[in-house]
Amino acid sequence: MDVVQVMFSGLAVGCVYALIAFGFVLIYKATEIVNFAQGELMMMGAIGGVILMQWLHLPFLWAALCAVLLMAGLGALVERLTIRPVLGRPQFTVVMLTIGLGYLARGVVTMIPGVGTDTTVLEAPYRGTVWEIGGVMLGAEHGIIILVSAALAIALYALFHFTLIGIAMQATSQNQIAAYYMGIPVRRLNGVVWALSAAVAAIAGLLLAPVTFVHANMGLIGLKAFPAAIIGGFGSLPGAVVGGLTIGLVESLAGFYLPEGFKDVAAYVVILVMLVIRPRGFFGRKQGKKV
Amino acid sequence: MHSQAPAPLLQVEGLTVRFGGVLAVNKVSFAIDRGEVFSLIGQNGAGKTTVFNLISRIYDATAGEIRFAGQRLTTMPAHAIARLGIARTFQNIELFENATVLDNLLIGAHVHRTSGLLGDLLFLPGSRRNELHARERAEDVIELLDLARHRHSRVAGLPYGVRKIVEIGRALCSKPQLLLLDEPSSGLNLEETEDLAWWIQDINRHLGITILMVEHDMTLVSRVSDRVLAMNQGEVLTIGTPEEVQNHPDVIEAYLGNDDDLSGLRRHP
Amino acid sequence: MRYLLKTSYADDLRLLPHARQKVWYALLLAALVAAPWLLSPYWLSQIGFILIYSIAGLGLMVLAGFAGLMSLGHAAFLGVGAYTQAILTDHGWPFPAAMAAAALISAAVGVVVGLPALRVKGIYLAIATLAFGFIVEEVLTRWESVTGGNGGLLVGSPEAFGWRLAGNGALYWLALATCVTVTLAVVNLLRTASGRSFLAVRDSEISAESMGINLARTKTTAFALSAAIVGLAGALYAHQLSYLSPEQFGFAQSLDLLLLVVVGGLGSVRGAFLGAIFLISAPQLIALAKDALPASIGQTPGLQLVVYGAVLVLVVMFEPAGLNGIWLRLRTYGEHFPLYRRGMMRLQRSYQKSEQLH
Repeated sequence: MDVVQVMFSGLAVGCVYALIAFGFVLIYKATEIVNFAQGELMMMGAIGGVILMQWLHLPFLWAALCAVLLMAGLGALVERLTIRPVLGRPQFTVVMLTIGLGYLARGVVTMIPGVGTDTTVLEAPYRGTVWEIGGVMLGAEHGIIILVSAALAIALYALFHFTLIGIAMQATSQNQIAAYYMGIPVRRLNGVVWALSAAVAAIAGLLLAPVTFVHANMGLIGLKAFPAAIIGGFGSLPGAVVGGLTIGLVESLAGFYLPEGFKDVAAYVVILVMLVIRPRGFFGRKQGKKV
Repeated sequence: MHSQAPAPLLQVEGLTVRFGGVLAVNKVSFAIDRGEVFSLIGQNGAGKTTVFNLISRIYDATAGEIRFAGQRLTTMPAHAIARLGIARTFQNIELFENATVLDNLLIGAHVHRTSGLLGDLLFLPGSRRNELHARERAEDVIELLDLARHRHSRVAGLPYGVRKIVEIGRALCSKPQLLLLDEPSSGLNLEETEDLAWWIQDINRHLGITILMVEHDMTLVSRVSDRVLAMNQGEVLTIGTPEEVQNHPDVIEAYLGNDDDLSGLRRHP
Repeated sequence: MRYLLKTSYADDLRLLPHARQKVWYALLLAALVAAPWLLSPYWLSQIGFILIYSIAGLGLMVLAGFAGLMSLGHAAFLGVGAYTQAILTDHGWPFPAAMAAAALISAAVGVVVGLPALRVKGIYLAIATLAFGFIVEEVLTRWESVTGGNGGLLVGSPEAFGWRLAGNGALYWLALATCVTVTLAVVNLLRTASGRSFLAVRDSEISAESMGINLARTKTTAFALSAAIVGLAGALYAHQLSYLSPEQFGFAQSLDLLLLVVVGGLGSVRGAFLGAIFLISAPQLIALAKDALPASIGQTPGLQLVVYGAVLVLVVMFEPAGLNGIWLRLRTYGEHFPLYRRGMMRLQRSYQKSEQLH
């Protein structure tokens, strides 16, 4: 009984990791940048939802929708102002830039009176509801996470594989200057990618909020999404799903069966194991250079 | 009296490599004598650079043997090749972009290093000597290739032609017996190609270095090569002197179809 | 402008070719040695921290700046060094032996952390180091019998053969001596074949291999050396703080170290020092500025985060060579005055190309 509940919540948290990992992978596929501020984007989505509900008194769904749209706009803005000028720089430097953006985000949010320094509750209508499936009691918060994530995953997969925009994004990620020559509006596309990525992160934040509460340091959960992306193989969307779910499950089971402390590092131990048996992840592509 | 011909410096037998479904190099065999200038010609995609990459052990061969001065190369790790006396340049320049020309050349001398990490950290006399020797070696190469004015320039900012020469210089710093040049004249203008021809001859005759080169410029090939091997689609078409190869019917057919000769491939001065 | 006449290759190898440089450095060294008599204990300990963080910065610089291997978990080595020093001092080891052990054990851990570097590159390696960082932090927390866990560990003063380094001055001089030694070692590294092999591996692995450089051995050496240096810094850190707890060596500390090298100037020795100065002085300056700002901004805990974030973003966007880049610009300006031309030091624009094979 307990194990099923543990696995269910593990799957749910795994979905959140998967969504954040989606965000990384989206940005990575298009621009080969790893966005260390992805967790902070998630946090801002949740904070945005809380602010819209508490200060503007919007109902939950409207607040969520507005938060997602605002975050999409913010993502595009960040790309335009800070990322676009540094395209082409070595990866290390750009990673440091995104870390800096993360710091900025956390710092600014901490300055907001009320939500910035406290731990707030996001009043989702389904909070506290419990579903009964096959005799097992499962929290609705977890169930909604899983359902929404699945729908989003399918939509995003379709975007990348069946639309012109998706193929253009792949082209840009492989050879930016050739994409320019082919007439692909590389810069505008990058803005779209960042907007989309921020929106997905915001959705992840809003889904997670009823479970973990909303506070300025929520974004640190984003660090767990790195193992997810590694397991799946950076550059693979299905990989992000598999990775996220795996990490979520492993963590939950580790917390349940193993002594204290293992839960926190379970995700990282899994990465190291992966690097030994399959360095490029389940679905990752081979890295190499042709001479 | 019988004088036995000296053993070839590089012997390639039945070399084959398969990438997925593609047979990139198929049973290629040839031998290079010490002191020769040997050229590999062929269309793009014929497998010439792949042969280079097999010799320098960047790729693993699927079948066949490579022997250098009697030693089997086919299972050696890539970093052991330089110590044997083989150095190479790359088709798309692989220099150390953030370092100066001098640093690039000094790295070329790495195989002759006599100091270890601890000695280096403490800058013991052995390390100091190593540095001075490497510097002398690099300066010899700078003088040969006329790079003095670029000595302390960062490679990334130099013109293309100079960078190609720096790459050759870096290879020379390892005092090789065999120098592999991958399309040395590509991207060079007429004057630079002229200089290159002289340098290749200098390197071969005065430094006594055997040269194996991949080239497209037939004028250059005819001028400097002792023998030529023509490849097509991963296989050997023929081996011989430049004239023999250029007039060989198979080679003409592979390049241009049945009619015409190869004059279209020559650059007119 | 200064002109330098060199008459032999040996001249090129000298660390301080200009006579003026020798004077400046001698003065600096004299000032640093005299500091315990000139400064209050508070400022002395701040300079001490700068020295310690400079050593740690040099360690990370060797790995990330010279060998091009990103590490997001470097605080782990600081922790290993610190705890080793604390535990061995507790067992009565003389401090030189304890510090050597701290460096060696840290180096051993560095070799282990460096193992993924032999298989993967770039962001994969960075995340592997991140993973190691968390795991080491967790080990330090859970291994309570040895480290005291979250309860913390008190550190005794360094001792050797009956001679105790108590009091501000003694510990400070130890840090200074270590810093000078490490700096000399790193500078020596750069002017010899060992350092060049690191640069080669950073810039082009394939041609490094064709020059006879053993990639695996070089990367492992880079990790081990970097870890040893940071371990030494950790040992000094332990005595400086005299109280250790595992959370001091977590992700935040790793980010601080990265901030140090990037803001200081990646790939330069001076950058480690400039970055350390920034890291130690920034909180002080922020504290001073707090009062000048309106309460809603000045009094929140987020101010430091905002400053750090803004500095990182600005450095990456406008001066990727960091404080060292600014230093070099000023120096070039001064040297060429009044003939300085705009664009003497310009940033190269480059286009992004995927390293993924398709």
